[in-house]
Formats: sequence, structure tokens, C-alpha cells
Amino acid sequence: MNWFASVDPLYAHGTTGIVILIAIIKIVVGFASIMGAVTLMIWFERKAISKMQSRIGPQRWGPFGLLQTLADGIKLFFKEDLIPAEADRFVFKLAPYLSLVPALITFSIVPVGGTLHIAGHTVQLQIANPPMGILVMLAMSGISVYGVMLAGWASGSKYPLISSVRASAQMISYEAALGMTIVTIILATGSLSTHDIVTAQAHGIWHWNLIRLGIVPFVVFLIAITAELNRPPFDVVEAETELVGGFNTEYSSLRFALFYLAEFMNTITMSAILVTLFFGGPAGYVPPIHHFAWIFPILWFLGKTVAFAFSYIWFRAALPRFRYDQLMDLGWKRLIPLSLGWMLIVAGFLVNRWWGLSMIVTVIAGWFVLTRAYSLGADRTSGADSVLPEVGQRPTPSRLYRQRTTKGEK
Amino acid sequence: MARVLDFFGGFNLTLRHIARPAVTVSYPQAKRPKQPRQHGRHVLNRYEDGMEKCIGCELCAGVCPADCIYVRGLDNPPDHPVSPGERYGYVYEINYLRCIHCDLCVEACPTQAITESKMFEFSFTNRSDAIYTKKELVVDDAGFPQRLPWEDWREGEAAMTGGWMRATSPAGDARYEGKIQWTADLGAGLRAAEGGQSENRNDEATGSKLLRRAFAKHVLPEDQPLDMVGLRGLINSLKEKRPTPKKKVAK
Repeated sequence: MNWFASVDPLYAHGTTGIVILIAIIKIVVGFASIMGAVTLMIWFERKAISKMQSRIGPQRWGPFGLLQTLADGIKLFFKEDLIPAEADRFVFKLAPYLSLVPALITFSIVPVGGTLHIAGHTVQLQIANPPMGILVMLAMSGISVYGVMLAGWASGSKYPLISSVRASAQMISYEAALGMTIVTIILATGSLSTHDIVTAQAHGIWHWNLIRLGIVPFVVFLIAITAELNRPPFDVVEAETELVGGFNTEYSSLRFALFYLAEFMNTITMSAILVTLFFGGPAGYVPPIHHFAWIFPILWFLGKTVAFAFSYIWFRAALPRFRYDQLMDLGWKRLIPLSLGWMLIVAGFLVNRWWGLSMIVTVIAGWFVLTRAYSLGADRTSGADSVLPEVGQRPTPSRLYRQRTTKGEK
Repeated sequence: MARVLDFFGGFNLTLRHIARPAVTVSYPQAKRPKQPRQHGRHVLNRYEDGMEKCIGCELCAGVCPADCIYVRGLDNPPDHPVSPGERYGYVYEINYLRCIHCDLCVEACPTQAITESKMFEFSFTNRSDAIYTKKELVVDDAGFPQRLPWEDWREGEAAMTGGWMRATSPAGDARYEGKIQWTADLGAGLRAAEGGQSENRNDEATGSKLLRRAFAKHVLPEDQPLDMVGLRGLINSLKEKRPTPKKKVAK
């Protein structure tokens, strides 16, 4: 028994040629399908959002404009690759890969189906099942911050720099809430491995983490992941009205295409992660059909993922962009305390009922304290003079003068 | 609570829009209906007997704020007169690099010789091609604007020339709305008045009805045509979708 066998049952009979072949096939199929899915996702987003805005959308290339993404890719491929004179050339070239590679790696831990038996080998339908499991996703989203940050910094341009500063602040602050909800799931499952998380939810809809943990972690996760993806309504990073095109303003040709690819790949991957964590991944009804029963978990997984991919598009069509301070408020003042409190409650109930109830009391008390603290902080009238009152409630100079003079009389 | 529900209103709205027809069209193949009083490329009209309406008075050139019209008049030759009056437009040129399509020339013209079609989609590759002369501007023998090869003419764009003039002249006075103050044209005859801005406009005769039907789902409910609203609208739309029954040929 080698170390690999404890990770993946594929290696139980030693690492033979056929095992390596199966692993390579899994990687190639996974890579090809995520690339295909990205082109379809870009088409789907453009088409769906155009329907929501009463437009027609892409329609010229292929049936229903399906080949539009391909045409765009070819166009970008033949465009001039420009590097600004002020740019840090090495980092500028490195940054697109720093955002693309994490997006690709994250997908490798997603279980897309059940288990297959090929030539006496047990094959899990996921590219890798590392023991650190879901932590890979957190690590990769941490690295993809570098992609965005370095891209903005290395461009040697003002707006990309502002955008990258925003991006790193936003992604780091929402990662906290994200991590906290993942901790809740890990506590409930007792394992980091995505395969174990999925199998723990496999026995019906009431076992899905969505319902088992209460809806709150799901809501927090959905909001945090949308912010993590820099997708609308949290796309202050690419706010066209303020920042030209965001961190990738100075990028052109293939490097721009890589950023674009990474963004949509992340959207798909995060939908898949969301499905894995809260909706049981490939769990669902499997009809008793011989030899082809393994297809149905994949279909379930695909269906759920597409539903969430659509929900991101829907967010983009329906919601206006957050202001930057509102974004930070939501992250630090709402989501982090909420996910932290919920994690405490879940952890308490996992020990026993009394711990759970006492945690509920603690969280409610903490909630009151925080609310009081926020209201005190937001009260601009009782604070120091240097704190400006809210816009619209600022006193006119004449009123300020009157205040000063009456104070003097008293 | 109402504020929370308002937040989800955007989701509801965007979802409902999926079912609605698109406002945009695939442009070069299809075009949206033109506004009833669209200002497009000029035409020089003729009387029903084939005579030109232009008398070479140069009022259009005088009123043109962009200074794009160049007219020279000449006495009509006695043996084969071009216009019924004393003089005719010997040279008539419009520079479309300068023209702003304000239609002041149309308003100034005493004989309704110059009007505007609805066609604005034309292009040229050099400056001299931008200057239209009498050869291009005068309507053909059927009374329609010439369809020049570099222009993109569609149905309805030629038929409704000079709508603006016929809706507001003279001088935009509401009392004259709908009153025929113009002479008949070659081919088209005495054209109907275009819809003005008052309540008693006749949408049937003008293009505005077409326009309102095209965007019926998107205009305000009170502006929607009555035969497209409610149950009657549903029945009518089903009727339109049904293939027209073939008439049996009587033996």
C-alpha cells in the first residue's frame, strides 16, 4: 500500500501503466470539457443577458451564435500584443497565467459524477481527490488574487492600479466569510475531501448541506463567492464607469483572452463548488438502467451547475453595482459576523444540545453588542469633530456659525 | 418588508423580459420601421404631368443653415419647358457632408419641390460623391426616388417622402394640421397628411401606427393599440400565426 492508495482508490493495485493512462485520460477530458464549458458559458451569458434586456445577442456565428466565442478568440489571437512602456515586463506577462492556472486547478477537485469500475480499477469521476480537498479551492482563490493584483500593478497605469487595489481588498475580505462557511461544512462533514462532502449528502435532499446547516451558510457563501469572482453586483474591480476596463485595461490580444477565460472559468468552477458543497454535487435520482446509470449523476451535476451559472447571469442583469464602501460594509459588518456566529452555533450543536443552545445565546448577545457598536460608529453627531456627518446631513456654514455662537452664549 | 421585496423586483423584471420579444432587429437584414416624419435623403419632386416642381428660386439655398445647397435658376426654354413656371432649377446640388437634415429647405420651398425621403443609409468613398446633383435627386418617371446603387432602400422608405412638411406646414401652425396645402406628385398623386402632434391625428394613414405595433409590448399600456391588448390581442396574435387557409378554386 503506497501513499497514493490512501488518497485515491485508483492506485490500490499499484501504479501500473493503465492507471497512469486512466489518470491522463481524466485530466485531458477534464481540461477539454472545462474549456468547452467556458466557451459555452460566455455564449450563454451573452445570450441570456441579451434576452433579459430585450436584445437579440450573438447570432451570426453558428446556430444561435454558438460559435461567437470561438470567433472572438480567433480575433483576439490575431490582434497586436501590446506591452506598455511603463510596464514591469516579466510580471506583466506572468499575471494572466496566475489567474488562469488557479481557475483550472480548482476545477480538478470537483466531483462531477459517481464512481466507475474500469478493468478492475475504481475510478472516481473527479480529476483529483487530495486529502486537503476543499482547502485547495481556498488556496487557489488566494493565488488568483495575485493574478489580478500583479496585473494591475505591473501595467504601470493608474486605473488598473486602483482596480487591483480594490480587487485585493475585496477578495481578501470576502475570503474570510467564505472560509468561515466552508469551516461550517467541514465541521458537519468531518472531512476536508470534496468526495467525502458529496457522499455525506448523497442520501436525499434532507441531507444536503443547504438544508442540514440551515439556509444561512448557503446565502453567505453565494454572496461571498459572487464577490470573490468580481462578478456583478460586486464588480467594482471592473467598474467601467469609474475605472475604464479595470485591472486588464492595458492587456490586449491573447493575454486579455486569458483573463477573460479565467474569469468565466472561475464562474463555472465556483458554481460547481457551490453545488458540491451545498447541493450534494452529483446526488440525485438514478433510474435503474444497466451500464448507463453512471451518466445520471453527471447529468444531475451539470443541471445544478448550469442553474447556478444562470443565477450569476441573473444577478448581473438584475442588480446595480455596489458602491465600494457598501461592499466593504457588507463583507465586514454583515457577512463575517453572520458566518462566524452560524459556525459557532453549528459547532455547538455538533457537541451536544446544551452547547448549541448556549452558542445561540452567545451569538444573539454578540449580535446586540455589534449592532450597538455599529450604531455608535455610524452616529456622526456625537463623534469627534473630524468625522464628517453623512452626505445630505452636513450642516450649512451658516448653521455651523449659529451653533458656534449659541454655544458661546451658553 | 416592502423594501426587501423591492430588492427582488429587479429579478422579477429581468425574468419577465425573457418572454418579451426583442426590441432590436438584426440590422442589415431587417430594419426597424422608420419614424413617420424621418428626415432622410432629399428628393426633387415632379408634377403629375412630369414637369419639375423646382423653379430655381434659391430660397432653399438661402435658408440652409449648413450652406449645403447650391442652386442656379435658368429661364425655361420656350419649346420644351422643364417646369410650368418662368424659370427652372438649372443646377441643383446638395452636399451631404454638410447637410444636417433640418428640413428648413423643405419648409422654405414655395412649390414643395424639395422634400425628404426616409432613407438615410447611404455612403460614399470620396468628397465629390457626397455632392448629389439633379441627376440623382429628381424622382424617376414613376414618381419614386431613384434607388441609387450605394443607397439602402427598403419598403416604405420611398413612399412616405416629405412627411414632415405635410404634418406641420405652414410654419408648424396647429390650425393647418391635416389640411392639404400642397400640390399633387408624380405617381403618388395628392398625398395624405401625416400625423401631427395633436390628438386627432390619423395613425392609419401614417407610419406611426406601424411603429407602435412593432413595439407594442414595450410601449406604455395606454399607448398600446387596442387590437393588441388583452383577450382580443391574444386572439388576433393567434390569427396572425395561423397559416392563411387556401381558397378552394371553383370548378
